[in-house]
Amino acid sequence: MAVSVREVGRVEINETGQQTASFEIAHPVYSKLRSPLILGHKSYADVTRDICQLLDPKPGRGWWISFSVSLVLLVIGVVAAVHTVTTGIGTWGLNKTVGWAFGITNFVFWIGIGHAGTFISAILFLFNQKWRTSVNRSAEAMTLIAVMCAGLFPIIHMGRPWLFYWVLPYPNTRGTLWVNFRSPLLWDFFAISTYFTISAVFWYLGLVPDLATARDRTKSKLRQTLYRAMSLGWNGSNRTWSRYETVYTVLAALATPLVLSVHSIVSFDFATSLIPGWHSTIFPPYFVAGAVFSGFAMVMTLMILVRKLMHLEDYITAQHLENMCKVALLTGSIVGLAYVTEIFIGVYSGNPNEIFVIINRGLGPYAWAYWIMFSCNALVPQLFWFKKLRTSIPAIFTLSILINVGMWFERFVIIVTSLHRDFLPSSWAMYTPTITEVGLLVGSFGLFFTAFLIFLRLFPVISINEVKGVLGYAKH
Amino acid sequence: MVKTKASRLYGVMAQFDNPSTLVAAARETYAAGYRKINGYSPFPIEELSEAIGFTRTGLPLIVLAGGIIGGLGGFFMQYWMEVINYPLNVGGKPFNSWPAFIPITFECIVLCAAFAAVFGMLALNKLPQPYHPVFNAPNFALATRDSFFLVIESKDPKFDHDEARRFLKSLEAREVVDVEL
Repeated sequence: MAVSVREVGRVEINETGQQTASFEIAHPVYSKLRSPLILGHKSYADVTRDICQLLDPKPGRGWWISFSVSLVLLVIGVVAAVHTVTTGIGTWGLNKTVGWAFGITNFVFWIGIGHAGTFISAILFLFNQKWRTSVNRSAEAMTLIAVMCAGLFPIIHMGRPWLFYWVLPYPNTRGTLWVNFRSPLLWDFFAISTYFTISAVFWYLGLVPDLATARDRTKSKLRQTLYRAMSLGWNGSNRTWSRYETVYTVLAALATPLVLSVHSIVSFDFATSLIPGWHSTIFPPYFVAGAVFSGFAMVMTLMILVRKLMHLEDYITAQHLENMCKVALLTGSIVGLAYVTEIFIGVYSGNPNEIFVIINRGLGPYAWAYWIMFSCNALVPQLFWFKKLRTSIPAIFTLSILINVGMWFERFVIIVTSLHRDFLPSSWAMYTPTITEVGLLVGSFGLFFTAFLIFLRLFPVISINEVKGVLGYAKH
Repeated sequence: MVKTKASRLYGVMAQFDNPSTLVAAARETYAAGYRKINGYSPFPIEELSEAIGFTRTGLPLIVLAGGIIGGLGGFFMQYWMEVINYPLNVGGKPFNSWPAFIPITFECIVLCAAFAAVFGMLALNKLPQPYHPVFNAPNFALATRDSFFLVIESKDPKFDHDEARRFLKSLEAREVVDVEL
């Protein structure tokens, strides 16, 4: 993020306003061989103007249409949640054999989506991937919202969501009976709440200097008050920046193992049980790769919409999307390898129950779901080997949605096909979701998009200070 | 500009158009013997810290302390609850099932270390800070856009108002102004 000053280019920029007659671009240049990350020969003032002006005008028609649609979806979800809580979990299609299905599928799906933000902001930061600067802000916001969506499902699934605080180890009147620290479900609670907190802190910390920029620029009184309070009196002093940089690096280093731990722990929910199809040692890496894979697919879907809706083509370029496609290709291939490994290990184990799960997944009553999962996650990303597809926006958009669908089905397959035919054939059952469960899934998308659209209006969608630091990434 | 008395003065501020001139000016100011100096920029500039002689920060130690407290606290919270306060036989596992306590211990390490990092940074930077004299400078709103500033504070032992102004003017500054308290 920090800039090292090496070279000064000189370009005159016409600037309206008396205070600043003309400014020079003095971007330090990282490399003359690479293509620029930000197009359009931007000066520092251009970056500030371009990003901040997205906050100023009244939202356009595109935003209002998207917002109304999202709100309708959210209302559907609220109705479904109220119905579930007031009537009971019996409104869902669960039965004695399949005790986890839609709710937990949605939970794992959204947690997975929530992995891309921190991957981009922490892991790519440590690997010095400068292209992350254009997408990290909105990817982090996406992470926060996705984790919120995820967290709702286990809470609603409890049936009595107002007692959810019972998972906290707090001194209580039940003889101070503590929570069971040996249970992966409790690890999960700690992992996800920590992850949410750290992601929120990381996101807010990155936002502070940009809120100061917005504060110094906005004319609306209300917004100025908001930005003034939220920017904490930031003045861009070098001592402040220097400590800020240190903390950003430290947080990235802390968030990296954290992001890997979260989905590992989610996978423990399954892997530590004895159910064939769940009881598997490859689950942690397999889940983490799948999470990053689905997260990147969602970031690509969102970024394509955002750059179109907010005219950010100069900032989120085809190159950014291509880089994300490469990450999706890598993680998608890991997921594909995990699918094949799972089949091999299942058959090689010689355990009749394990072999049966493999056969039942591929050929049983839920085979359609398995093959949607397999084709969308293992085969579709392989198309990203072709540069033509990696650089075509419509192709990326279509493929990213297919991957999202596939990753939802992956969780459905893992959960339902393992449970519905277990050790005892007399207890075999089928699972069909009810309209209430579908309503909750729809509602979670409503919440996701509603919150994301509000974020787009309220905060700078691209990290202004970080983009200024990479303007000189390559010579124009 | 109205001349202000030195006692009411926070310092003298020079405005620069690009990071390179700021860094060069900061180096010269440091070389001229000024120590209470600070640069202001819209994005972090690594060389600037060296130029103004700000190279060490205690933050990593604070983070380490936070991580250690989080780790010990996380583990012994579980140990105390499961072994001392209310031992409960869960599936025949030992009361001190330490391997099962590790995931939560890890999460506590990360949580406390990250909080130590963020709150440590805010404390060392004295944030939130609703008022700071530099905001009194006329063009300072540009510090978050595309302007670069260097301040010699009046607290500097070598500080002499006229001398500091003359010195900063000699450094290719766009403008030199006084910053009132």
